[in-house]
Amino acid sequence: MVADVNTSSAGRRAIPENPANNLAIAGIRLPVWNKILIAILLVVAVIAPFFLEDFDVFQMTYALVFAMAILGLNLLTGFNGQFSLGHSAFFGIGAYTTAMMMAHWEVAFYWTIIPAGIVCLVAGFLFGLPALRLEGLYLALATFALATAMPQILKYHAWEDLTGGVQGLDLDKPESPFPDTLSDDQYLYFIVLVVAIILFICAWNLVRGRTGRAMIAIRDNPIAAQTMGVNNAVYKSLTFGVSALYTGIAGSMSAIIIQFVAPDSFTFLLAVTFLVGLVVGGVASIPGAIFGGFFVLLIPNISEAVADMTGRTDAKGLSWAVYGLFLIITVYVMPSGAAGLVRLLVGKLARRG
Amino acid sequence: MAFLEVKGLEAFYGHTQALHGLDFELEEGGITTILGANGAGKTTTLRSICGMVRNNGSITFDGNSLIGKATENIVRLGIAHVPEGRGTFVRITTEENLRLGAYTIKGAKNIADAMDRVYNYSPRLKERRNQQAGTLSGGEQQMLAVGRALMLRPRLMLLDEPSFGLAPLIVKELFEILRSINNDEKVSMLLVEQNATLALNLADHAYLLETGRVVMSGTSEDISSDEAVRQSYLGY
Amino acid sequence: MEYFLQQTLSGLANGAIYACVALAVVMIYQAIDHFNFAQGEMAMFSTFIAWQMMQWGMPFWLVFPVCVVISFAGGVVIERVIFGPIHNAPVLSHVIVFIALFSIFNSLAGFIWEFTIKPFPSPFPEKDVLGTNLIAMHELGMIGITLVMLVMIYLFFRFTPIGLAMRAAAANPVSARLVGISVKWMLSLGWGLAAAIGAVAGMLIAPMVYLEPNMMLGILLYGFAGAVVGGLTSPGGAVAGGFLVGVAENLAGAYVIGSELKLTFALVLIVGVLLLRPAGLFGRVVVNRV
Repeated sequence: MVADVNTSSAGRRAIPENPANNLAIAGIRLPVWNKILIAILLVVAVIAPFFLEDFDVFQMTYALVFAMAILGLNLLTGFNGQFSLGHSAFFGIGAYTTAMMMAHWEVAFYWTIIPAGIVCLVAGFLFGLPALRLEGLYLALATFALATAMPQILKYHAWEDLTGGVQGLDLDKPESPFPDTLSDDQYLYFIVLVVAIILFICAWNLVRGRTGRAMIAIRDNPIAAQTMGVNNAVYKSLTFGVSALYTGIAGSMSAIIIQFVAPDSFTFLLAVTFLVGLVVGGVASIPGAIFGGFFVLLIPNISEAVADMTGRTDAKGLSWAVYGLFLIITVYVMPSGAAGLVRLLVGKLARRG
Repeated sequence: MAFLEVKGLEAFYGHTQALHGLDFELEEGGITTILGANGAGKTTTLRSICGMVRNNGSITFDGNSLIGKATENIVRLGIAHVPEGRGTFVRITTEENLRLGAYTIKGAKNIADAMDRVYNYSPRLKERRNQQAGTLSGGEQQMLAVGRALMLRPRLMLLDEPSFGLAPLIVKELFEILRSINNDEKVSMLLVEQNATLALNLADHAYLLETGRVVMSGTSEDISSDEAVRQSYLGY
Repeated sequence: MEYFLQQTLSGLANGAIYACVALAVVMIYQAIDHFNFAQGEMAMFSTFIAWQMMQWGMPFWLVFPVCVVISFAGGVVIERVIFGPIHNAPVLSHVIVFIALFSIFNSLAGFIWEFTIKPFPSPFPEKDVLGTNLIAMHELGMIGITLVMLVMIYLFFRFTPIGLAMRAAAANPVSARLVGISVKWMLSLGWGLAAAIGAVAGMLIAPMVYLEPNMMLGILLYGFAGAVVGGLTSPGGAVAGGFLVGVAENLAGAYVIGSELKLTFALVLIVGVLLLRPAGLFGRVVVNRV
């Protein structure tokens, strides 16, 4: 029976009041600034596609997809302390669910999103059940194994008819219902934006609420959490499931915007990408996931630009080396990622003011 | 300058300060004991000398400053530490434990001599030389820990609660061996003990620690006859 | 029957590679309680270095030891430079750095030597063993070299002072420092040895699977499986585990699940063993007091 952490008189919130909230810049308090910034961001997000080329719109959409996937990973690893090196698997399951529904049963793409999410929720929960008995490093190993094995599972001949085997599946690009005002890419962008906003709001509420506190308690001191009545097993498996749900929905969106799924798109290296986004954006930071998503999208672009400049076309592969470098730098210099850096700066400003 | 001189020693576990400016010293050839209740900072003091905790202040051993040096380098200056809980390498044999003690000694003959000396002090260890160290009794493991410390031919031996968990008869035997080592090998000793009576019997000088500070110091006779000490620590 | 024998022997040959990787994994695990996820990529990189040296005209018998030495040095340097500063960081940080190394090595190898597959020569002649086609000379050679390495490692740990010091540093670092052992350098030594073993594994497997930057990922997984099955606390167990996994994988592939799901087999093995018998077949259970 879960004790009601909410009503304990000795401390109503596990997340302490942030003293920086009293900071005022130009007379406006920080929480208000936060709201202003979010509003500005939203406005930019809505207006931007109309000023960009279709390909850039596609890139922004892709960054949002990554952000959602990273958010999913963050729920599990950042807030609940369970490692996963295997989220590429759930991304793939979500993508394939959508792809199979669209290709074989001609389901409209928007009806595939929730089923994809549910399949991943179940898959994540089922994987989480045995996995919850594994700690830290061993869980990392198990999820590493999952990520490495997934492409093979996707290629397996027994279900080749469904999955398309090695070739994968091709999908039709969804068409904008308002072809005069919205291009196909812009349409897809807004769909993804809406889904992303919903997911982020849900995550925010989840983390601030009782469930979130239980998750964080389990991360920080599992034994103490248990003595407070938190059922570790249930919470850990559920968190796994929810985390897989988020990443699965992201995968579903990726299938929709690329219109193609193939087994070799969902390898361990993809899980590495998510990890990079998580670490650089900031572990246990919801806004950090957005930064992370854009970061992992930009690096290959920059590598390619460098490649074009230097004439070595294979420099695109160096993206991974750059990822690795950034990972190391982040661990050394800003272990809490970009979000942590921001928090640090705000904290410094607060102390001076 | 004293053989071991500690001035203004502060030690920290993370943000918590355990020692608040300790001053004491040890003369060459002597046995000094540090007494105090649990949590007074006795073990922390020994760990500080060996560079195992973050510390500030001044520690000088035979003219060498120890602050900021790594443990393995402090050991090479001739300080052996018999840690709390003995620190036995449980998976390897008794003799391998001793051999590890001689890690810093060069020359097979020197190592063999050192081992013979240890076996002289404790024939029982010699009997169990090929036995897995973790299967030795408490008293034997303690003797092994002392033997291991002796193998590096130290000039100063730090002992952290050697009597802990041992039967009185074994402790008596152990302390007699310690006295012999001090006499014959000319090894100075700094002894941390909760069992004040035993410690004061063995040592020449004593320091009393309370919450990270020295509150009393003197010869063993003086300390033993002090009323307050007798009531708090000696039980009569 | 001949098929069974063939599969078993070929399983043993693969198992030799997994055993090498498992050995390297356990060596690092013993030293720092972490899994080196980049082990495979380091081995692959070493193999490429060997290939490059051969392209420059060096003969194989010279390339092999030189590559092993270079890899040893590389392992030491990596430990000193990259892991030294983050010794006390949380586990997640270590895993992240391992993953970073994985990416960097994989990517660099692709950048320098490209992703096209390259043939890698075997030091063993191409003939069949004893006139039968049960097993190739190269495969027999792999088993032989793995066993030789195991014996050398055993002798090193059992009978040399440094080997004893390494064991002590891993078992009880505090006590080790108290007898004057520099635990830091023992760690670096462990890394160097692991890197050297990995290089040997890489050079042995390359003739069979062709040299390319992604060749070691699956093998690394099997190596982990071998280490887990054998028990993470025992080098001998790791090697035994590696051989076992090799044979089991081959037989399962031949008779039960076909060759396509071999990695899934490894996944199931790893999760299964970790859940049911975490100490593996030959390891010891470590109990963490609350």
